[in-house]
Amino acid sequence: MKVSISDDAVAIACGADAVAAAFAQAGADVVRVSSWGMHWLEPLVEIDGAGFGPVSTDQVAAILAGTAASIGRIEDHPFIAKQQRLTFARAGKTRPTSLDDYYATGGWTGLAKAREMGAEATIETVLASGLRGRGGAGFPAGIKWKTVAGAAADQKYIVCNADEGDSATFADRMVMEGDPFMLIEGMAIAGFAVGANRGYVYIRSEYPHAIAKMNSAIAASAHLVAPFTVEVRVGAGSYVCGEETSLLNSLEGKRGEVRAKPPLPALEGLFGKPTVVNNVLTLAAVPWILTHGGAAYAAYGMGRSQGTIPVQIAGNVKHGGLFEVAFGITLGELVHDVGGGTDTGRPVRCVQVGGPLGAYIPPDQFHLPFDYEAFTAADALIGHGGITVFDDTVDMAQMARFAMEFCAVESCGKCTPCRLGSTRGLETLDRIIAGENVEANLALIADLSETMKFGSLCALGGFTPYPVMSAITHFGEDFGR
Amino acid sequence: MTTVADILADHDGREGPLLPILHDVQKAFGHVSEAAIRAIAKSLNLTRAEVYGVVSFYHDFRKEAEPRPVIKLCRAEACKARGVEALVPMTEGQTRVKVESVYCLGLCAVGPAAMIGDQIYARLDASRMTALMASL
Repeated sequence: MKVSISDDAVAIACGADAVAAAFAQAGADVVRVSSWGMHWLEPLVEIDGAGFGPVSTDQVAAILAGTAASIGRIEDHPFIAKQQRLTFARAGKTRPTSLDDYYATGGWTGLAKAREMGAEATIETVLASGLRGRGGAGFPAGIKWKTVAGAAADQKYIVCNADEGDSATFADRMVMEGDPFMLIEGMAIAGFAVGANRGYVYIRSEYPHAIAKMNSAIAASAHLVAPFTVEVRVGAGSYVCGEETSLLNSLEGKRGEVRAKPPLPALEGLFGKPTVVNNVLTLAAVPWILTHGGAAYAAYGMGRSQGTIPVQIAGNVKHGGLFEVAFGITLGELVHDVGGGTDTGRPVRCVQVGGPLGAYIPPDQFHLPFDYEAFTAADALIGHGGITVFDDTVDMAQMARFAMEFCAVESCGKCTPCRLGSTRGLETLDRIIAGENVEANLALIADLSETMKFGSLCALGGFTPYPVMSAITHFGEDFGR
Repeated sequence: MTTVADILADHDGREGPLLPILHDVQKAFGHVSEAAIRAIAKSLNLTRAEVYGVVSFYHDFRKEAEPRPVIKLCRAEACKARGVEALVPMTEGQTRVKVESVYCLGLCAVGPAAMIGDQIYARLDASRMTALMASL
């Protein structure tokens, strides 16, 4: 009997290896596949399309005997059926490092099409798709590629930013652990389009499973992407290295300090050469776009936010996991209809969207659609698409304090607003929490936030005011107001 | 027994070799010593200050070896939302194991999460945390 169990880090952390071993010992033919992204059900076991989860080793006999309760067909489960999976089309279905499985599910078609249509038409296709950088900035990928393609240089680079440090984000990790060839194919297409023969994937050291899978997939596919080469580089525990210019410094072997822009990395990037720096999800969307055409991708979404976004629903939520959907879905649908509310069963007090630099959003704004412009207009950001759900026991003054503390710990030290502002902000928030001159100190925080927002070199200092000020604005009662 | 010289030879000719070298040194010796910094600087034609600056910038590199087993406990927002702060008091004052904070292991829907070496653990509660600390 064929039994599919994920070997994604979430499944492993929840005990999938022991469950897989128990099935194998009972004589089942165990296949380790990627994760469906239904994290609350991991370890999720699939037999003939039907799912069981979360499974522990003592349930193995009952599942094999057919007496255990199933969640039904996984593909018909509302969490999966409601999605529009383009980037995650293979999730749960294929063996991550199997070239056979990748070929059988349309792999390498995008790269073949790119080579057939030529570099210029490849860039036109990406432009037509409306694909915007999924790392958080939302910059049009095609325009970045065009800039690099137009730069004259003896060496150009493709750098994949896989330093996924935001809390509540794991889509990059799931791509690298679940469908690594898709990312390699996307990088090879980018390399072909802009004339770069070398690519680096900068992966954070907290992701050992992703590092191992990428290394193995790179070795297995080297002949298919040649003359393009891909190499994994491992980060060293610095959050700010997710910022593209500090990432480039880190790749060069320097302190991960932010560079002033201009010059743009597209013109003077890695080792001073023209460089495409794209997030994992941006590059991973490219094979689908080349296979199906730019217009097919642009048909999803709303306004200037075209295509799909892999939303990551996390924190105190009943049904957490990966939910890929066209832009335009509202926050409320994601938190309540898809996520099922909080795991503790208590009322939702707020969500934080976009990681540690994202705003805290109260339920009265859950009508907000997932759209870059709509979020910006509401003083919030989509970032990398992560949502952290909090119940009503959260102390928002402590969360605001944590945002400043995190910025102080992770600041690269290059610019004053971030380096000093975060520490002074932390001290001031401590005074507010202690009840000292609350109104005067809150005014000081508002003023400091303005300075950090407009005076910092990068998003770390520039966006830390979002969680701080949104907490103060929407949850003043937690600050003694 | 691996030496710093072996590691330097492994990375000869590589683009931007400093971080990969430091990772290998950290892995082989548990820390990056003053002597290692000196040897790396000489080999890469950098000043000791430059290498020291890189070592001290990144959280992963230690200047002194940690003799105790290390548990990296995630205390980022998603794990906070799932109650990690309630586990923190029991990790404080531990003498046999060292519990360090880490910010995000990418297991954000099944937290609280922790990492020991390359092993990862999710859905931690007080009893699982006690068992984890006792297992080391």
